Amino acid sequence: MKLTIKIAATLCITVLTLGSSFADTQKLVLTGSSTVAPLALEIGKRFEQRNPGIRVDVQSGGSTRGVNDARTGLADIGMASRALKPTESDLTSYRIAMDGIGIILHQDNPVQTLSDDQIREIYTGKISNWQAVGGEDRKITVVNKAEGRSTLELFLHHFQLNNPEIRAHVVIGDNQQGIKTVAGSVGAIGYVSIGTAEYEQTHGTPIRLLAMDGVAATVDIVRAGRFPLLRPLNLVIKGAPNALALRFITFAQSQAVDDLVTTQYFVPLAR
Amino acid sequence: MFKQPARYSDVMLTLLVWLATLLVVGLFAWLVGDLILHGYSKLNLAFLLDVPQNAGREGGIAPILVSTLLILAVALLATLPLGLATAVYLSEYTNGALANGIRMSLNILAGVPSIVFGLFGNALFCIWLGMGFSIWSGGLTLACMMLPLFISTTESGLSAVTNEWRHGAAALGLSHTAALWQVLLPAASPAITAGLMLSIGRALAETAALIFTSGYVDRMPTSLSDSGRALSVHIYDLSMNVTGGDASAYGSALVLIITLMVISGIAVGLTNRFLSQRITPS
Amino acid sequence: MIWSRHNTSSPLRADATLARVTGSLAMAVAVLLGLVILLLIRESWGMLVDGGWVRFFDSEGWYPQRGQFDLLPMLWATLAASLGALLIALPLGMMSAVFSRFYAPGWMVSSLRRVMMLLAGIPSVVYGLWGLTVLVPLIAQWEPPGASLLAAILILALMVLPTVALTSEAALAAVSPASLQGAAALGLSRKGIVLGVALPEARAGIMTGALLAALRALGETMAVLMVAGNVVQTPGSVFDSVRVLTANIALEMPYAIGDHRAALFATGLMLMLIVTLLSWLAGRREELAHV
Repeated sequence: MKLTIKIAATLCITVLTLGSSFADTQKLVLTGSSTVAPLALEIGKRFEQRNPGIRVDVQSGGSTRGVNDARTGLADIGMASRALKPTESDLTSYRIAMDGIGIILHQDNPVQTLSDDQIREIYTGKISNWQAVGGEDRKITVVNKAEGRSTLELFLHHFQLNNPEIRAHVVIGDNQQGIKTVAGSVGAIGYVSIGTAEYEQTHGTPIRLLAMDGVAATVDIVRAGRFPLLRPLNLVIKGAPNALALRFITFAQSQAVDDLVTTQYFVPLAR
Repeated sequence: MFKQPARYSDVMLTLLVWLATLLVVGLFAWLVGDLILHGYSKLNLAFLLDVPQNAGREGGIAPILVSTLLILAVALLATLPLGLATAVYLSEYTNGALANGIRMSLNILAGVPSIVFGLFGNALFCIWLGMGFSIWSGGLTLACMMLPLFISTTESGLSAVTNEWRHGAAALGLSHTAALWQVLLPAASPAITAGLMLSIGRALAETAALIFTSGYVDRMPTSLSDSGRALSVHIYDLSMNVTGGDASAYGSALVLIITLMVISGIAVGLTNRFLSQRITPS
Repeated sequence: MIWSRHNTSSPLRADATLARVTGSLAMAVAVLLGLVILLLIRESWGMLVDGGWVRFFDSEGWYPQRGQFDLLPMLWATLAASLGALLIALPLGMMSAVFSRFYAPGWMVSSLRRVMMLLAGIPSVVYGLWGLTVLVPLIAQWEPPGASLLAAILILALMVLPTVALTSEAALAAVSPASLQGAAALGLSRKGIVLGVALPEARAGIMTGALLAALRALGETMAVLMVAGNVVQTPGSVFDSVRVLTANIALEMPYAIGDHRAALFATGLMLMLIVTLLSWLAGRREELAHV
């Protein structure tokens, strides 16, 4: 019993002394979009390697949180997977990558193309069976994104729809949820990041990207700027960035991280 | 004790009970089998010792394991004393309005969704108490979530101990404290063990609360006030957010389950050693 | 405490300290709850005052961007999912506990407990992932869209099963051997002992487990988010896609500002209200049972 008490006491003391922090490293805090977070994390790691003594901490929480935290100073830099709104004009955005949004169907779905009008009617519930657009006799399962997401807003804007008009069967939160939902149901239709969909397609997930407006949905076309549905991935700062933040942003926008952007299945900035 | 001629209703119950258990075990096998199928390719020593690379799709989970264990340690350090004390207080010392009030509070806490706890932990520990995104914040938030579970089961166990044993302790001249340590808690040890296992399981499984408190950083923590990514958060990010992270997600899930088995085994072993050896419960 | 529970007189100073220490720590727990409620009220204030809360019940659907905050469909969905999960998990959990205690050969008992323990520790995101990749496509083949109330019920049942099983098992273990032996001496069969003596005596512990399970089901977020479909509608059949209150908070909180954010916190308050009601009812039932 005494021995156990000694061990427990030693453990407690060790745990508690670990509580003292080291305060001589410079820290940069980023919060915001969970879409941008993995990319920012990798860019941060490379930045740390090249700049010893600096720590880059990335937290997620959503684009709106990123914008708010940048505003209140809780974060040095905010991450947003969308352009800034007019109400956010007190902040400056620095684009670090692009992301295209494409429509996906299940691999076994024989439908090859859909016109903008057809997509509109599918999403508003006017067409509810694949037969009406040249497919099999199967109910359409419409997959839509949850309100507030930039992907949804872009989709709505492009097809000139309002969210209340949409008759969805499944509402998803993250990209991967959308992919897994469509992959699990032959009659499903959804929209996700093109880079992600391309990756999944080449790795055997049973989905297929659809052309939009006659333009094929590929990462190359997004890079060339010819794809109709695009969204920017931004770092946002309030006012003028301090020296450290500026170094980081410059690094994140440079060619030195292009390979990181492509491995996250986004599209590097055109130069 | 059960040697009786079998009757119809006896056989029915036996059948039902066996079927139920087989169903449960079958479902468990299905789930874990699926995990193993998708994740076994990742299970090797390098996975446990390396740092994550390429947003976690390659490399290992060493810093994440360390963060998880530290968060759990902080949570247990807070839950165990507070939980035991409250359970003892509720079971032995009070009855009536105060006890009912505390019990109600606990039940209500048990029903609060994990994301609300995350926001609460963020507001209280990260912002108000100034701990920021840290292992401290994560551990203490988890403790808030584990407490109701642990206290309910421990109190349940203590209440189930018959008064005969308390009388016996009094007859032997034991003080309250001695009676508690030597008699009552050991007698309630199955319930305490159950509560401990459920709490540890809940703590390791928690995701939403930790995203907002201990954070997303996947670096090896150098102190408890560092932000550290917990295993469950890592699994969530890999499976829902990162393209191509599925294999690592499943591998991490397997590691988490194995970690849970190991920790629970240690926890149960320690509880038995401290408590059960004094009295055999049944 | 020495002569019986709640009899706390004792001449020893150590015991008085014990009483004070445990008492103050117990108070800390109540204070904790107070803090949580305070936070929820503060954040949801905008939606609660000036009759704003009426919007929760008479809006035309959940369209926060337009100030429409109809909570009722999600409320029904939450209750339906939790109830369904309990209807499955309670019998299954209790029966596996009974099995473990009265029917299983010795070597099986600890392995069974370990299985339950494992199920308890699997993160909700893993349950959700499995549900999304295995269960939902299965249901979709039967009746699209697959992501539905049924999927939510099944996943929730699986998640609360360990709680029911482990607490029931602990409760059954606490049944005094004297009662069991007495019943056997009276000539009861195993079924009779289980149903007539063991289960009734373990009822308090089992009810605790059932309540904990109900609370867990009501509060579960991640897994349900992934399998339930998240369409805001009152469920007409188990194959309908539904959104539960917790999933709503998780789905929209990262992107909500102003009234929308306040509405989500108010949803959290509503959940706490339901939970309070449930615990109070459980408490009342127990009081009545002891009369």
